[in-house]
Amino acid sequence: MVIPIAYVARNLWTRRLTTALTAGGLALVVFVFATVLMLDAGLKRTLVTTGERDNVIVIRKGAENEIQSGISRDQARIIEMHPAVATGADGQRMASKETVVLISLLRRGDEKPSNVVIRGTSETGLGLRPQVKLTGGRTFTPGTSEIIVGSSIASRFDNTAIGDHLDFAQRSWTVVGTFDAGGSGFDSEVWGDVEQLMQSFRRTSYSSMVARLADPGLYESFKADIDADPRLANEMKREQLFYSDQSRALSTFINVLGLTLSIIFSIGAMIGAMITMYASVANRVGEIGTLRALGFKRRAVLGAFLLEALLLALAGGVAGLLPASLMQFASFSTVNFQTFADLSFRFILTPGIIVKTMLFAVAMGLIGGFLPAVRAARLNIVDALRAI
Amino acid sequence: MASTEAMSPIVEIRNVTKAYRRGGQIVPVLTDITLDIHAGEFTALMGPSGSGKSTLLNLIAGIDRPDAGELRVDGLDVTALGETELADWRASHIGFIFQFYNLMPVLTAFENVELPLMLTPLSRAERRERVELTLAMVGLTDRQEHYPSELSGGQQQRVAIARAIVSDPTLIMADEPTGDLDRVSAGDVLGFMRRLNDEVGKTIIMVTHDAQAAKMARRILHLEKGVLTNGER
Repeated sequence: MVIPIAYVARNLWTRRLTTALTAGGLALVVFVFATVLMLDAGLKRTLVTTGERDNVIVIRKGAENEIQSGISRDQARIIEMHPAVATGADGQRMASKETVVLISLLRRGDEKPSNVVIRGTSETGLGLRPQVKLTGGRTFTPGTSEIIVGSSIASRFDNTAIGDHLDFAQRSWTVVGTFDAGGSGFDSEVWGDVEQLMQSFRRTSYSSMVARLADPGLYESFKADIDADPRLANEMKREQLFYSDQSRALSTFINVLGLTLSIIFSIGAMIGAMITMYASVANRVGEIGTLRALGFKRRAVLGAFLLEALLLALAGGVAGLLPASLMQFASFSTVNFQTFADLSFRFILTPGIIVKTMLFAVAMGLIGGFLPAVRAARLNIVDALRAI
Repeated sequence: MASTEAMSPIVEIRNVTKAYRRGGQIVPVLTDITLDIHAGEFTALMGPSGSGKSTLLNLIAGIDRPDAGELRVDGLDVTALGETELADWRASHIGFIFQFYNLMPVLTAFENVELPLMLTPLSRAERRERVELTLAMVGLTDRQEHYPSELSGGQQQRVAIARAIVSDPTLIMADEPTGDLDRVSAGDVLGFMRRLNDEVGKTIIMVTHDAQAAKMARRILHLEKGVLTNGER
């Protein structure tokens, strides 16, 4: 007992200009909504992929990030020797004692400095991050003032090409290589030899330790041992969880700001859809009267106009999603509120975001189209037929 | 018994009254109408503007309700039906022909004629067969994919007639069916309606101003200020 979809769709097509303008308004809101979700997904993926599944990270108890953390050399030795830590083919423990410091560097074409993470690591540290691949030059030589830079740093900051020098911590550091960390947070870091960096920064303790578990099942007992050992004031987390926690503050900010903006814009778009649908009803009063006279019920008329609003919203949804999907080719950098360091990440479109965005578009269409559809359904047949 | 049934009227109107409220005033439109229309009749309702003929048509067609009185169609008290039941009843019992055709401009002739069948349980193939047959009856087989804007007034009214008869309704209600047509097209449309009545035995109630059009009917009723006058032919 439904009014044919051809009737609904062709009415939209007949009013092409109005349809396009209304769908365009919806598309703009959909674009903002989708890009906010894509930004958040990009941030989360960047930080989650920074961690390796079988790696654990140890920091000082109560520290929220590596910058705030400190692990003494004695503590590091105890943790490194724990039986849960895997042993590599070379007989060495697969644990990397690292130092993490923030320095200010000038972005290319920008006079304002940005915070960049300098990570002191070792060959073991490189081995623990298989996603990190050298893309140019070579890795730093232990015991020297050599550094390698992540791809986001190389592309956005001055003096980061191979052969360039960066001056910080009272030394001049030579860039000898660039690396790609597969879109993870390491792309926004500069790496060098841990001992050299600690000397330069006059540090006596490490910031964190990353270790590979000999068996993933040993995580709980390893964690319990660290908690129970009175010599240690440290806590351990899975590396993926640790980095995903790092995204929490920024993610909340992006979501709150982005979704608030989306909701405010959506009110405008819904009013636009409502005006269009009211005009559509007003132009077709006679047709509505005829359909009702032929035997189509009020709910069929209601359904037809809601379907019209829905199709309008779907058109707006698709029109907004297409340019949003192109944002995947763009990257975005901002300060991570948790670490205060500059972090570069991409917009990522996931199937979940497509579904959420289309549902958002559909909701806007249905809310905007509801009152006009009710008006259409409530028209008196005799009055409607007189309108012709 | 069979002959009694054949004699019983298909439309029974008893003491029907209808008034409209306009600007706080109650304006009587129909006053104490009592009327029988038998199956197979072709009845013309005539009268000046505002005499209540369209209102009477609307009441019989179930798109309006009387304020008082009884109205039975095919033995059923249509005034007792709820909104939804009335819509179902119209779909299966009433075929409409309007002065301005009232076709859906975005649907083709075929789709316009198919509309009432969308309210039946017929399959797509059955609907197609019915629509093609009906369009052939009104001589528009070659125009079935045309939109109303691509058809002449006479052709549009023939599409409207096809839409009115495609579901084989009990009554065909025509409100000034030739009011927007030239004389030749009007003659065609009236001729077709007369054939529907003569050959298929369809019961037709037609509102018209046009005395020439009314001559096509077998029975002419006159309404004057909401009252049936005794000028019946």
